[in-house]
Amino acid sequence: MTTKDTTAPLLEIRDLAVHFPTPGGAVRAVNGVSYTLRAGETLGIVGESGSGKSVHVLALLGLLAARGGAGAIVSGSVRFEGQELIGRDEPALRALRGRRIGVVFQDPMSSLNPVLTVGEQIAEALTSHGLGRAAATRRALELLELVGIREPQRRARDYPHQFSGGMRQRVMIAIGIACEPKLLIADEPTTALDVTVQAQVLDLMRDLRKKLGMAMIWITHDMGVVAGIAETVQVMYGGRILERGPVRAVFHDTRNAYTLGLLQSLPGAAGAAHRSRLTSIPGQPPDMTRPPPGDPFAPRNRFATPRCFEEVPPLAQVPDGAPGHLVAAWYDLRAALAAEAAA
Amino acid sequence: MPRQTRLPPPGYVARRLGQSALVLWAAFTLAFAILYILPSDPVSIMLNQAEQSLADAAQVAALRAEYNLDQPLVVQYGIALWRALHLDLGRSIQTGQPVAALLAQAIPATATLAAAALALALVGGIGLALAGSLAQAGWLRAALLAAPALGVSLPTFWIGLLLLQALSFHFFLFPAMGNEGWQSLVLPALTLAVPTSAAIAQVLGRSLAAAWGQPFAEAIRAKGVSRPRLLLTHVLPNAAVPLLTMAGIITGNLLAGSVVTETVFSREGVGRLAQGAVAVKDIPVVQGVVLLAAASFVLVNLLVDLLYPLLDPRILQQRQAG
Repeated sequence: MTTKDTTAPLLEIRDLAVHFPTPGGAVRAVNGVSYTLRAGETLGIVGESGSGKSVHVLALLGLLAARGGAGAIVSGSVRFEGQELIGRDEPALRALRGRRIGVVFQDPMSSLNPVLTVGEQIAEALTSHGLGRAAATRRALELLELVGIREPQRRARDYPHQFSGGMRQRVMIAIGIACEPKLLIADEPTTALDVTVQAQVLDLMRDLRKKLGMAMIWITHDMGVVAGIAETVQVMYGGRILERGPVRAVFHDTRNAYTLGLLQSLPGAAGAAHRSRLTSIPGQPPDMTRPPPGDPFAPRNRFATPRCFEEVPPLAQVPDGAPGHLVAAWYDLRAALAAEAAA
Repeated sequence: MPRQTRLPPPGYVARRLGQSALVLWAAFTLAFAILYILPSDPVSIMLNQAEQSLADAAQVAALRAEYNLDQPLVVQYGIALWRALHLDLGRSIQTGQPVAALLAQAIPATATLAAAALALALVGGIGLALAGSLAQAGWLRAALLAAPALGVSLPTFWIGLLLLQALSFHFFLFPAMGNEGWQSLVLPALTLAVPTSAAIAQVLGRSLAAAWGQPFAEAIRAKGVSRPRLLLTHVLPNAAVPLLTMAGIITGNLLAGSVVTETVFSREGVGRLAQGAVAVKDIPVVQGVVLLAAASFVLVNLLVDLLYPLLDPRILQQRQAG
C-alpha cells in the first residue's frame, strides 16, 4: 500500500488461507489474501461463487462450522482493532461477533428463525452482549424505526413470515447494526431481492454508514452494486485477490482481464463503457482441490502469457496507476487491448 | 418482547373437534361391523361357559333377546351406538360385569404406567438427542447417535425379561410383579420407556441436525449467541415439530407395549384386560378396548393439532391459505 495512514487500520489481514480437508483432497478456498481496511471505509469485494470472497470473512469470525467447514484449516493473520483473531477461542470470538463486527447475510428468507418474533430476534443481538431485557426491547423498536419499518411497536410482534423479502432484509440489517459495530460485513445482502428493493436497501445502508460511522465490507458478485456503495473495490478469483483499488481506478483503468470480464458482463450504463455488447466470461471456475499452478484465471484468459500458467503473479501497485490501485497480472492488459484494437 | 397470542382461532378448533368425533364414530362402527362378521355366537360362548351343553331353545331365545341379537342389524347398531354415547359399552360375556366398569377399573393402572414411561422416554430421548447434538468429539457424537437405533430394535418383552432377571431376581432391587407402590412401577415403566425414548431420540436427533444446518443457525451465531443458547432457544423449537407429530405413534407404542409389559410383569391394567378378553373371545370387552384405544389416539392427535400453532406460528397461516 502506498498511502500511509497515521492511525492503525481497523482490520489488517495478512496471508489468510482457508483449506477444507475433503476425501477428494483439500479444497483450497482462500490462498493467501492480504489487505487492510480503515475505520469508516467501505470495501466492495467482488467475485463469483467459489472465489473465496464469503469464506474468508466467515473464517475470521470463526463461523465456518455452519458451512460444512467444521474441520477447516485457517492460517495467516487477521488483526482487528490491533487484536489477532486467528486462533482465538470461541468465547473471545463470540464477544466480538455482533458487538464489534456485525454481519448481514444473503438470504433474508432463511436467515431469521421462523418461530420467534422479529422483535425477539433483534433484542437477542443486544441481550447476548449484556444489555438488559427491557432496554433491549426498547432499543429493538428504535432499530426497527431506524431501518425504515413503519409501526415498529406492532411489527416487532410479528413473525418473519409476515414480512416481505425487502422488509426481512431490513430486519437483518437492524440485527447487524444493533450494537453499533465498528465493522459491518454484508454478505450479498441484496442478491435475493428485487431490483427496486435492492436500490432501497442500498440507500438505507449508505444512510446508516454515515449515521453510525462504521466500516463496511460489502460482498457481492455484482460490479454495479459495488459502484453504488464502495470506495474501494477488490476483485477475487480462485481464493486470491486479482485487482484492488479505488472504485474509479478499477472501473476506468481496469488492469486485470477478469475484472474486465466482470465489467463487460454487467448490463446497463455501468457496463456500457466497457463493451459494444453484453458478453459473458467463457469457461468454468477452477477446481479448488487442484488449483492451476499459476494465475488462477489464466485458463479462461485470452491475454494469458506462458508465465501466467506457471507462476502466481504478485499483487503489486500499478506502476502508472492511481495510488492504491493494485493488480496481480503478468500481462499488460492496456497494451494487449490496444494491440487487439489495432489488429 | 411480548408475543402475539398464538391461540388457534375458534373455527380451527371446531373443525378439529368435528374431525375427532368423526374418527371416533368410524372406529365404533368398524368395531361393531367386525363383531357382527366374526363367526362366533356370544350366546353359545356364554352357555358353554355355564357348562350347559344342552341349552334349551327358550334359554337361548331369552339370552338373544337380552343382547338384542333378535333385532335387525340396523336396530342392533342403533341401540349399541345410543348406549355407547351414554358410556354403556355392554356387559362382559365372561363375567357379566359392565365393560365400562371393567375399563374404568383398569385405566388408572395403565395410565400411571404409560405416564411414567412417557416421562422417562421424554427425558431419556430428548437428553440423548441434545447430548448427541452438542457433543463436539466425533466418536462421542457417533456413539450417542447410534444408541437409539439399538434401542428401537429391542423387543419390549425381551427388555422386560432382561430387567426382571437382573434387577429383581439377581439384585432384588424391585418387585417382579404386582401393582403395589412405586417400586412395582419402576421396571414396567423402564421396559416401556426404552423403545419409546429410542424412537424420540432418533427423530429428534435427525431434526436437530437439520435445524443446525439452517442458514438462521449461522446468522444467529453471527449475532454473538452462544452454542448452548442457540440450541435451546432456536434449534430445539424448530426441531420440535416432527417430535410433536410423533405423539400419535408414541401413544400407539405405549398402548401396544402395555399389553406386553403388563403381561410380563403380571400387572393389572387395560393391556391385561385386552389380552384376557381376546383369549376367551369376550367380544364386548375387546370392542371396549378398541374404542378406548381409538379415543386415546383421537385425544392425543387433537391435542397435537392444538399445540402446533404454539410451536410454529406459520402453521395457522398455511392452513388458512391451503
